[in-house]
Amino acid sequence: MNFLSYLINGISLGSVYAIIALGYTMVYGIAKMLNFAHGDVIMVGCYVTFLTMSRQGWHPLPAVLLSMVVCTALGITIEKIAYKPLRRAIPLAVLITAIGVSYFLQNAALLIFGADTKSFTSVVTLPALKLADGALTISGTTIVTVVACIVIMVALSLFIKKTKAGQAMLAVSEDKDAAQLMGVNVNATISLTFAIGSGLAAIAGVLFCSAYPTLTPYTGSMPGIKAFTAAVFGGIGSIPGALIGGILLGIIEILGRAYISSQLSDAIVFAVLIIVLLVKPTGILGKKMQEKV
Amino acid sequence: MKKLNLKSMKKQTREQLFTYTVIIVVYIVVQLLIAAGSMSSLMQGLLVPMCTYSIVAIGLNLCVGYLGELSIGHAGFMCVGAFTGALCTKLLEGTITNKVLLLICALLVGTVVAALFGFLIGIPVLRLKGDYLAIVTLAFGEIIKNIINVLYIAKDTDGFHFAITNGNAIKLSDEGMWLINGAKGISRIPHLSSFTAGIILILVSLFVVYNLVNSRSGRAIMAIRDNRIAAESVGINITKFKLMAFTISAAIAGAGGVLYAHNLSTVTATPANFGYNMSIMILVFVVLGGMGNFRGSIIAAALLTLLPEVLRELKDYRMLIYAIVLIAMMLFNWAPKCIEWRQKIVTRLKKNTGKGAA
Repeated sequence: MNFLSYLINGISLGSVYAIIALGYTMVYGIAKMLNFAHGDVIMVGCYVTFLTMSRQGWHPLPAVLLSMVVCTALGITIEKIAYKPLRRAIPLAVLITAIGVSYFLQNAALLIFGADTKSFTSVVTLPALKLADGALTISGTTIVTVVACIVIMVALSLFIKKTKAGQAMLAVSEDKDAAQLMGVNVNATISLTFAIGSGLAAIAGVLFCSAYPTLTPYTGSMPGIKAFTAAVFGGIGSIPGALIGGILLGIIEILGRAYISSQLSDAIVFAVLIIVLLVKPTGILGKKMQEKV
Repeated sequence: MKKLNLKSMKKQTREQLFTYTVIIVVYIVVQLLIAAGSMSSLMQGLLVPMCTYSIVAIGLNLCVGYLGELSIGHAGFMCVGAFTGALCTKLLEGTITNKVLLLICALLVGTVVAALFGFLIGIPVLRLKGDYLAIVTLAFGEIIKNIINVLYIAKDTDGFHFAITNGNAIKLSDEGMWLINGAKGISRIPHLSSFTAGIILILVSLFVVYNLVNSRSGRAIMAIRDNRIAAESVGINITKFKLMAFTISAAIAGAGGVLYAHNLSTVTATPANFGYNMSIMILVFVVLGGMGNFRGSIIAAALLTLLPEVLRELKDYRMLIYAIVLIAMMLFNWAPKCIEWRQKIVTRLKKNTGKGAA
């Protein structure tokens, strides 16, 4: 029974990773860059929800919606100011800029909100589900997290397959220049990708903080890096890959924490990343990229 | 052709000598200031950290500027160097009484072990490129920190005791001594670092990297950075040279770590010491000083360590300023509009000086 409850916790954490990983994987697929600041957008989303909900007493729903709006705007702004001018620059320059943005958000939050830990109240008020005569308890947060993850995955897949904007995204990720020649507005598509990724980050952040209710300016960076690991694990650029990678990573982390050592759980997750990259650098569902000479 | 080569070689040697001279002059001036008593103890306390950061920045610059690969795990190598160096000192403390000799031993051990880690990690990791390499080095830094935090080593009359995650498992006899006490790290490290040692270490690191980048191997490393496929097709062994640069870079970071540890009485593997933030700070020094410019790294490290202490009001904003420096430098160097603007300025300046001369 213990194992089962660990497994469920793992799936719940994995669902959060999967939602964050979506942001990484979409941006990586289209802009071919690792958006280091994604994790910190999550943190900003959490602070917005925290301030409106716990301080102003808002209902959770408008609070989460507001944080989504703020994060979306933030994502677009970051893209416009920091990444867009570097579209033709060497990858190293883009990577350093992304690290700079991440660092900027963390330290700006540190100055604005302070370094003290805020205790986040869960946005989910659903009662816990008791199964097998109370031997197995599934918290409301877990249920909402898993459901949200599935809904987001399905909606995003449909969006990409069925809408014009989604098809434009696919085209840009395939070949930016060819897409432009076909009349796709590349800049708008990239902005849209950042907007969707950042909006999802807000949801992921709120769900993460509902499960682990401590909020500091550094809250976002670790889940962010782990979610990137999940995206790589599942195959970067692939939406089902993000789901599979996220959930597997969540399960590995929780089981590692339970059965090996709680202090080593991060090390285990990162060891998984290194092994995956060495054995199958394209991830589980990734496509192999040919290198052009 | 040959003559031209000779000339350029001489220029490089001249530049090297110039750098060494400037560093030595700075050293003498600082020593004179200390002797004259016109340097506050606060400033004196900053001298060793300044040297440490300069050394690690030199190491990272080799990796970022010459190899063209971003490592955000150099704090991990620093951590390895710091812990093995301090461990070595603790073990040899009773046997060797000469402080200089003790520090040299620690430096050797710390550097060699950090190099070994760099080598072992480099073998698999350097097959990756760009973003992947960066994230794996980051992951590696976190793993090192995690493992050291759960590592317990102690010594007593029965010999050595090791434990992982469970420090209570070790039962020590009375005269036993903790070497690494998990998250509490290594304590009571003798204070061996000094400004002199730091300057000598900077000179040695500079000597190593200058000779590397001006050698045949160095040119091979730069060729790989500029065009990997072209380099491979002219027969350069990519793995070998990448590994070489990465290992040396890690070794230098390790040496910096040893210096860092012996300036503190207790060294712990906390995020503040050897975490992501430290790696980023070193990266800021490298980027601000100019990627591929070792002199720049030292100047940037020295300035950015001194500035927040001198301008106390700015202390809270230090990290924020680092972040803005990173973004602004990249935009300034790479954004098309900035490049255009820079060219405009340059042509205008040239015109003006041209008129002045005529």
